[in-house]
Amino acid sequence: MRKQKAFEDFVHGIFLILGLVTVGCVLLITLYLVIAGIPAIRKIGILDFLCGTKWASTAKEPSYGILPFILTSVYGTAGAILIGVPIGFLTSVYLAKLAPAKIRTVVSGAVSLLAGIPSVVYGLIGMMVLVPGIRGLFRVPDGASLLAAIIVLAIMILPSIINVSITALEAVPKEYEDASLALGATPVETYFKVSVPAAKSGIAAAVVLGVGRAIGEAMAVMMVSGNAPNLPKLFGSVRFLTTAVASEMSYSGGLQRQALFSIALVLFLFIMLINAALNFFLKRSKEE
Amino acid sequence: MCRRREKREREGAGEALKVQEQMASGKEKSLPLTFFETLHQFYMDTITDLMFRNQYITVPKRERKAKENFKMKKILTLALAAVLAVSVLAGCSSQQKGGNVSTDGSTSMEEVIGVLGEAFQEKYSGLTFTYNPTGSGSGIQAVKEGRCDIGLSSRSLKEEEKADGLKETVLASDGIAVIVNPKNKVSDLDVETIAKIYTGEITNWSEVGGNDAEIVVIGREAGSGTRDGFESITGTEDACKYRQELTSTGDVITTVSQNPDAIGYASLAAVNDGVKALSVGGVSPSEATVKDGSYSIQRPFVLVTKEGAELSDAAQKFFDFVTSDEAAPFISQAGAVPVN
Repeated sequence: MRKQKAFEDFVHGIFLILGLVTVGCVLLITLYLVIAGIPAIRKIGILDFLCGTKWASTAKEPSYGILPFILTSVYGTAGAILIGVPIGFLTSVYLAKLAPAKIRTVVSGAVSLLAGIPSVVYGLIGMMVLVPGIRGLFRVPDGASLLAAIIVLAIMILPSIINVSITALEAVPKEYEDASLALGATPVETYFKVSVPAAKSGIAAAVVLGVGRAIGEAMAVMMVSGNAPNLPKLFGSVRFLTTAVASEMSYSGGLQRQALFSIALVLFLFIMLINAALNFFLKRSKEE
Repeated sequence: MCRRREKREREGAGEALKVQEQMASGKEKSLPLTFFETLHQFYMDTITDLMFRNQYITVPKRERKAKENFKMKKILTLALAAVLAVSVLAGCSSQQKGGNVSTDGSTSMEEVIGVLGEAFQEKYSGLTFTYNPTGSGSGIQAVKEGRCDIGLSSRSLKEEEKADGLKETVLASDGIAVIVNPKNKVSDLDVETIAKIYTGEITNWSEVGGNDAEIVVIGREAGSGTRDGFESITGTEDACKYRQELTSTGDVITTVSQNPDAIGYASLAAVNDGVKALSVGGVSPSEATVKDGSYSIQRPFVLVTKEGAELSDAAQKFFDFVTSDEAAPFISQAGAVPVN
C-alpha cells in the first residue's frame, strides 16, 4: 500500500513539474519582454513612441514612432476578420449541419490541410500570385500592400474559425433542432435561429482566436506587405507590429534593438488583451 | 401559439447553453494553449527568419551567442565590465599568445569575413578567430586603441585616420548592381539620376526615357549593409523614399523580376537572369569593371592595421592568408570581388 502511494506521489510530482514548466515559460517570456521592452520606451518617451508617426531607426537623427505599425496591425486584422469571418462562419454552418457526408469529408480534409500549411508558403504564394494579381487588377504601380496582407491573413485564419465553430455547432443537442423542425421551421431557419444562437459563444471564441492568429502572424505578411513604415493605406506599402520586429532584428543594435523589444512588448499586450476577450466570452456563456 | 414557440425556443437555447457551458469549461482549461499557439507562432516565425538569414554566416558560436543574446548582455553587464577591465589591463597580447585573431568592425563584411574566418580555422587548426560586428567606425577606433588585431572597414580610411598611424589594405570590392525588370526599356542611368529616383525627385520612368509608368522603388531594411553601402555611395542617406523595404537580396530580385516598373539594388554576385542590371554612367557592372574601379557603385572592404606595429603570429598568418590568392575563391563565394 505504502509503496503504491509513494509511486502515486512520485507520478503526481512529475506531472506537477511538467505543468510548472508551462507556467514558468509564460512568466519568463513576460518578465523578459517587460525588462527588455521598458528601457527604450523610457528613453524615447511613451507618447513619442506610441503616437509618433515616423519610424527611421537607423537615420542620423533616429525617430521611433510606432503608430503606423499599431494602426496597420489593427486595420490588417480587422480587414482579415471582415473577409474571413463570414466565409468561415458560413462554411462551418454548412459543414456541421447541411453538407452530405462525402462533401463534408472532402471539405474538412481541405480545411485541416489549410491549417497545416506553413506561413512561409502562404507568403511565397502571396508574393508570386497575389501581389502581381493586385497590381494588374487594380492598376496600381505595386501590388505589395495592406490589401494583399489582409487577403493572405483572411485565408490563414479560416481553419481556426471553421474548426472551432464546427465544434461549437456540433455540441448543440439534436433535440432542439428536432423540436424546431417539428414546429414547422425549415432546416435553414432552424440552423440560423436555434443552432447558431445556442452556439454563439463558441463562435465568438472562434472569431477571437482568428484575431489572435492574424495579429501574431509575421512571415507571410512580411512577404506581401512591402514593409515600408507608412501609415496604413489599402494600396500602400505597410509594416505590421510583427514584421517591424522581425525585419530589423538581425542587424540591429543599441537603442534600435531596444525599441524592437518595446514593439514586441506592445504586441504582447495586444495579445494579452485578445486573450482577456476570449476569457470574457467563455465566462459569459458560463454565467448564462 | 406563436409566443409559445418562441418561449420554447428560448428554453431550448437555454439548455443548449448549458451544454455549451460544459464545453466551454473544458475549453477554458486549454486556454493557455491558444495563447501559446499565437505566441509560439510569432516566435517561431521570427526565429525561422533569423535562421534563414544567417545561414551563411559563420561567425564562431561563442560570438554569435554574445551578439544575439541581449538579455544575457543585460544581466551580465557587471560581470562583463569586470572581464573587460581585466582584458584591458592585460592588453591584446595575452590573447594572442593563445593563438587568437580578433577582428572588429564593419557589419557589411560579416559574410566575407565569416567565410574567410572559417577557412582560416580549417587551415590552421589550433588558431581561433573572432569577429565583433560593430560597424566600420568602431572597428577603426578599436585598432587605434589596440583592442583588436585587425579592424574591418567598408570604406577607405580618411586622411586624418591615416595620419593617426593606421594603414589600409584593400581586401575586396563590393559591387552593388542597380536592377530593373528585363521588360524595362531603360538600361543606363547615372549616379545622380539614380539618387533622384531613390529620393523621390523623379517618379516616372518617362522622365528617364522609359514607359509612362510610376517608378516602384525597392530597397533593403534599415541596418542592412547593402542599403548602407548603396545610400552612402549615392549620397541618399536617410532620404530614400522606399515603396518596399525587403529583408533579403533574394526578395529584392524576385520582386523586381515580377514588377516591370520596379527598380532595386542588390549585391552584384546575386544578380541573375530574372532581372536586368543597369549600366551606371555607361559602365556595365561586372567583376572586371568593379576591379578596375570604372563601375562607380562599389565600395572597398578594407583591413585596417597599425602602421609600423608588428602583428601577432596568428594575426600575421590570418592577414597573409586572406590577402593571398588562396582566399580569393572564398571572397567570391561570399559575394565580393577579390583584389588579387
